[in-house]
Amino acid sequence: MANSQGIAMENITRQLQGKVFIQRDYSEGTGVKFQTKLPQELTDRIDQARFEFTVNKLNEFYAEAERLGARTYCESCLACLTAYTVLVCMTTHYDKCVKKAGLFIQQQNDEIYAPRGLVITDPFTRGLRVVEITVYATDT
Amino acid sequence: MVSPGTLAAANNQTRLLDDSSPTLNQNQAQDSIDVVDINLESRNKVVPGSTNSRMTSPTMATTTDMRKKWQVLPGRNTYFCDGRILMAKQKGIFYLTTFLILMVSTMFFAFDSPYLAKRVTIAIPLIAAVMVVFCLATLFRTSFTDPGILPRGTAAELADLERQIEPPNPDNPQYRPPPRTREVTIRGQTVILKYCFSCKLFRPPRTSHCSMCDNCVENFDHHCPWVGNCVGKRNYRYFYLFLVSTCILSMFVFACNITTLVLVTTEQGGFLEALKNKPASIVEALVCFISIWSVLGLAGFHTYLIAAGITTNEDIKGAWSKKHDQDAFNPYSNGSAVSNFCSTLCGPNTPSLIDRRGIVTEEYTKTLCQSSHMSPAQPYIPVQNSTIDGATYPRQAIPRSSLTTSSSSDSSTYESCSEDRPFSRHHPRPAHPVSFLQLSDLSTTSSIQSNKDSMVSPTNSNASTLRFSAALNSVNSTSSPTQQQQHEMQPLLPAGHGEEQCDTRPEDAAGSPQPSPGVTTSSHDAFQTPSQCGILKLSSV
Repeated sequence: MANSQGIAMENITRQLQGKVFIQRDYSEGTGVKFQTKLPQELTDRIDQARFEFTVNKLNEFYAEAERLGARTYCESCLACLTAYTVLVCMTTHYDKCVKKAGLFIQQQNDEIYAPRGLVITDPFTRGLRVVEITVYATDT
Repeated sequence: MVSPGTLAAANNQTRLLDDSSPTLNQNQAQDSIDVVDINLESRNKVVPGSTNSRMTSPTMATTTDMRKKWQVLPGRNTYFCDGRILMAKQKGIFYLTTFLILMVSTMFFAFDSPYLAKRVTIAIPLIAAVMVVFCLATLFRTSFTDPGILPRGTAAELADLERQIEPPNPDNPQYRPPPRTREVTIRGQTVILKYCFSCKLFRPPRTSHCSMCDNCVENFDHHCPWVGNCVGKRNYRYFYLFLVSTCILSMFVFACNITTLVLVTTEQGGFLEALKNKPASIVEALVCFISIWSVLGLAGFHTYLIAAGITTNEDIKGAWSKKHDQDAFNPYSNGSAVSNFCSTLCGPNTPSLIDRRGIVTEEYTKTLCQSSHMSPAQPYIPVQNSTIDGATYPRQAIPRSSLTTSSSSDSSTYESCSEDRPFSRHHPRPAHPVSFLQLSDLSTTSSIQSNKDSMVSPTNSNASTLRFSAALNSVNSTSSPTQQQQHEMQPLLPAGHGEEQCDTRPEDAAGSPQPSPGVTTSSHDAFQTPSQCGILKLSSV
């Protein structure tokens, strides 16, 4: 039992080269924003421009989610008027943006990152603190 | 991995609040060593007599199937309605709050409203009804909402962090590593992010660890026993509206009571007659009069806080106070009181980050940090194999709970050792009193504990000796008084509960030098008490 599990784990560790974490950028406040600088570990896998595009786009989704626009105000006022009961049966603007960001990450993974042996984890599953990029060994 | 001659070590990874019945998988490993897989919830109980059972779950994964994340989330919260409702553990004062509001409003509707509706206007009970509903709705919303708990750092993240930290210097064991902090600049203001040893993350700005709930909460304001929850990013507006609405409600009820008493007095020609006629009104008026002042004061204070764009926590700590630093300013304020109000009360409704109702998948379990208390200074202390050679082994027990990173090997392998375990009398000097499980082995396992009566076959392998010495070192450095406290309080809960306890650990550990063999021996005596404490607990279950 233990041996087979050990072998399985070995295989995984052989494939998995490591994980890179992109930290939050707090320079403009506590809004969700990630650093766009390409980490050293990924320089041989992907170019700065592509990486920056992904992170910038991701930041846009979160900025849109946290923007104090008319939509957010209406939503909050409506919720308040109904004593916040409406939130139970309503998908908030923030939720929608987070979902869009998740779909975007999936699409970027499929098209750009997976062929390079990289997988981005949706930062929402990591508490919006870090973007986790898993680096796998490539065949080449 | 369970290898011959070793006992499986338990890893305590979560604290669950409800005492559920233990689910045990009995596991007969090689060389008659029995490993008991204890479900996360059942950590507190050990069922004796599982020695000769057959192995039922080779991967130890069956018990984790179809569980939801709220069942395994760390932190001392209580969950209701399948994870929809989250509250703090202590809820007594919350029940009192609810009772007071319900009692006063029921009395108002029963005794004052009919009279006032007839005598003055029907609008009075209607307005009161709306206010009571709003007040209770905001109260329940505050109490039942996730205040903005941050999910804990993942094992991979912790490993990454360990890698970045400077390697240990064996020549200078006295060297104190720098504190784990990170500096960020927020709108030109430098803010230091502290590392949370409980949550294994650098606390984002404005995030603070609640020692009551054992969680890092975003925009932490305070832990409010009156609402039975922390007040943070996600429920601050509900809390503020609750304060304001309670304030208005109690003033309204108080005014109505006075009106009733005055009207009855004029009708019946005497105040004493009115008191006899309407005794409920005077009770309500008293309760309202007493509560108005505290609620009004609190509402006023929070109005000021919102306008200034600070939290209670920051206010208490005096962050951004001009007293200490003339250039200090609050980088989180939006500039004006009005915009601060808008962003606080009408800002986006941020979703909960802890995904309470998600299914516990194997991938999710893999990301968890398996031990609840990663002693921070351990990586800096060099591990010497020789410390164990010739040292007297503890006959009775080994203190539970030590976790160490093997300093030489890959930082992603954490070895954990927990649970007090008395050794067999027939083997007075076991070679491996404690064994460790690697993180990889625990990917699907909740918690493993060896049976306390199991035999230990004294075999020797360098690797396990090294591990044991690492355990002793870590035990030595993890300050046994802390352990002891935890044993006394909640003997079989994993350590690392209180924030203060966690924060003191680096100093303790850094302060204790590299143990020599003699020191190792004496350290055994030092941790006898907590271990025995654990034994008593074990045998009593």
